[in-house]
Formats: sequence, structure tokens, C-alpha cells
Amino acid sequence: MTDRVELPLSGASFGADPSFVELLRRQRPEALPPSPQLGALEVPQGTTVLGLRFADGIVMAGDRRATAGYTIADAKMRKVFAADDFSAIAIAGAAGQAVETVRLFQLELEHYEKLTGDRLSLEGKANRLAQMIRANFPLAMQGLVVVPLFGGFDQARNEGRLFYYDATGGRWEEQDYQATGSGAQPAKNSLKKRWRPGLTQDESLRVAVEALIDAAEDDVATGGPDLARGIFPVVMTVTSEGAKESTDEDVANAVRAVVETRP
Amino acid sequence: MSFMPYVSPDQLMKDRSEYAHKGIARGRSVIGLEYADGLLFIAENPSATLHKISEIYDRIAFAGVGKYSEFEDLRISGIRLADLRGYSYGREDVKARDLANAYSQALSTIFTQQMKPYEVEILVGEVNGEVDGTSIYHVLFDGSVTDEHGFVAIGGHAEDLTESLKDRYGPGWDLATAVKTAVEVLGAPDARTIEHDHIEAGVLERSQPRRRKFRRLTDAEVTGFLPG
Repeated sequence: MTDRVELPLSGASFGADPSFVELLRRQRPEALPPSPQLGALEVPQGTTVLGLRFADGIVMAGDRRATAGYTIADAKMRKVFAADDFSAIAIAGAAGQAVETVRLFQLELEHYEKLTGDRLSLEGKANRLAQMIRANFPLAMQGLVVVPLFGGFDQARNEGRLFYYDATGGRWEEQDYQATGSGAQPAKNSLKKRWRPGLTQDESLRVAVEALIDAAEDDVATGGPDLARGIFPVVMTVTSEGAKESTDEDVANAVRAVVETRP
Repeated sequence: MSFMPYVSPDQLMKDRSEYAHKGIARGRSVIGLEYADGLLFIAENPSATLHKISEIYDRIAFAGVGKYSEFEDLRISGIRLADLRGYSYGREDVKARDLANAYSQALSTIFTQQMKPYEVEILVGEVNGEVDGTSIYHVLFDGSVTDEHGFVAIGGHAEDLTESLKDRYGPGWDLATAVKTAVEVLGAPDARTIEHDHIEAGVLERSQPRRRKFRRLTDAEVTGFLPG
């Protein structure tokens, strides 16, 4: 903990910091191990994630692979998360940075909700995420790029909405579907053929899974579903009922249905 | 330099304490009750938006009486400390005891060092485990802390309420009984019935499947628990 909490009215300090590292940093900074200069560093990269709108909301899906150069760093990495009860975030790019951004974003939403007693509007959440990605820009310039997709159910408008970002914190709203990460192009090509307005929830799950299978076929960094080892894409759906993750079983059935139709 | 007349520390503390007591006694009360599925905080509060009871963290809730701006100050700092600690360490490392300590330290500092003490009393409640394990900490304006069991009342008519709770409280109540009894007890000191939409209530529910165990009871829910 670096910042101490204060009581806003009186300015009195609040709570003791139980961290020894922080105590050391304040009292004997020279005793801390030296931090080396950041050089060129190969870190695991999360690959393909996608999002699409359907009749009742949005679906977000991501493959499970992380790569570092030609090595598969992780075969079961999770890149799609619930941001709060009514929104989800999917993230591609430098994996460590990405996961930490998600954790921070989740807490940002929860903290706001607890302090003010109100949930942020979906627009507000999307803007806040843009600011956080912008703050990461210096690191993005050193190669630690993080690019998310964000979507959720807008309770004021009563519809699902989807946003995509670039590494500078640019934010755009998407009406149909969007993908990001190394396999984004083949995924988008697949979505272009399969997506149509007003998909049902089951259809949207299948379209999302098929796009990830297509991405895995054309992009070495994207991991396809592995029926033998039981590794399936993570799929989150957000509707007026809230954010919900599809069970492995449902995803596996969608995978089988797609695979059966192929020669 | 301004001229400060001598006041004995004895007198100073007495004056401050009296001042704080008066401020707190003017306000309405909050009751904290353990029931079968966790912990209930309930109060009479004509405002539907200015809360006395709120969520701090996954398993921790807060209730305050006295001056709104001051217990709101404490609530905000509590949430900040809890979220900061949960982010720096782990979510399960955020404990009501640590928060109660922080409140106690801060209130004690304010009581002794600032012009005027905070006119507040607060409760910090926590549910642990699947079956039992409930803690309620009661922190006073001067920073003294007590660890309460079963039930507690703070603010306005705290003493009367505690007396009547002592006679009536039974462990293992269901939520309906807890709410119904608490509302009767809240209205008892000046023999009136509190209007249903003036009841503010929040629970920490052990059986709640979500990570965040705190939930506000809706007006409809409260009305459903009350006769007539």
C-alpha cells in the first residue's frame, strides 16, 4: 500500500499500513533490493478475444492460449471476465498487464458503487476503461500493449452495447461484432459471414465459438478448443438478467456442433 | 499568539464527552441483530437515500448514528481502507477487526486532538464461515471499542432498546422475526409504530451465493415481514 487512507473531513490518518515493504521503503529505502532497468523483455501475450451483440444483449469470448515468442506460455489462460454484475471485459495483449488492468477495473467499478451507492452507467464504465488504457500508454510504447473489448447491458437504454479500444485509449462503440488480438482478422472474417442482427443466445454462442475456431486455424498464437483435454473458450453473456459465464458443457456442445458441419 | 486559558484535562475530556453524547442522543437509533442466516442492521430513517447502513466489503457492513456528515466520513474511509487492503493483499485478508481498530484509532485521535469530537457511534459487522461466526464491533466517539454478541443498539434511546432486546432476543431467529421484533423495539421507547417506509434495513447473508454478502432489504420485503 503506498497511499495512506485519510478521513476526508478531519484529515486524520486512518488505519495502520501492515506492509513491511512499504515500511522499508519509507524508513530504509537503501535496504530494498535494487530494481533493474527495464530492457527488451519477452512477456506472455494473450491472443484472440471477440464480442458480438445479439437480440438480448452481448456475448464475449476468448481462446485460452498465451504465447511468448514461439512458446505456448499458457494453454488455459482466461481473458474474458465479468467486470461487474452487468458488464464484461475481454482483453488481449501483454498478459500480466492485462490481468492486472482487469482486476483494477473490477475494483474501480465496485468501489464507485459502494462509495456513491449507485452503479456507474455503462457509458461511464466504458469511459473509465478508456482512461485506464490511456494511463498504460507509456508501457504500451515499451511493448506492453493492452487492448480490451468491453460490453454490457445498458439498463437505461434497455439494450446490450459493445465497445472496443486501441492502445492509446481510443474508444469506439460497435453495433455488430468486434475482435482484437493476433487472431482478430480471421475471427472477424468468420463473424462477417455468420453474424446477423437479432441472433438468439444459442446462435450467438455458436457464432462466437466458430469464429474462435476459425481464428485458431489461421493464427498460430490462437488456441483452438481442445476436446481431448477439455480446454474450451471462455464465453460470457450479458443480458438484462446480468453477466453469466457459459458452462464448459454448453461451450463443448457448441464446439461439437461447429466441428460436425465441417468436412 | 492567542491566549489560552488553563482548563484541566479532566474538565476538557468531560466537556467533549458531554458534547458528543448530546449530539448522538438527538439522533435516532440503529439495532444490530444476529439471526439464523447472518446479521441484520436496522434503523428508523425517513430518508430513502441518505443511508445509515451500508456495505463496506464482501462480508462486512457498517452502521452509524449521530451526525450524518461525520459517520459518512467514517464510512468512506472504511471502504477505501478495505478496498486498498483487499487489492494489495487478498480479499479474504480484509477483516472487520482491522477496520474496528482503524476506526478506534482515528476517533480517539480526533477526540483528543481536534477542536470538537465526532458526534457518532458506529457498528462494524462481519459474517464468516458457512454456519456461524459473526462479529459485531461497537465503536464510540472517543475510540473505545466493544465486541458485541447477539444484539446491540446504538444512538438515541440505546439504553432502553438494549433493555427491551435483552428480554426478547432469541438466537436463531429467522429474518422475518428479527425484522418484526426490531421494528417493535425501535418504536417502543416513545410508544409509537414506525411507518414501514421509514425502515432502513440491510443484511449480511451467509447463504448469499455471491461474493458480496451485503444486501439492502426493499420496502416491499420489510412490509411483508410486518403485521398490518
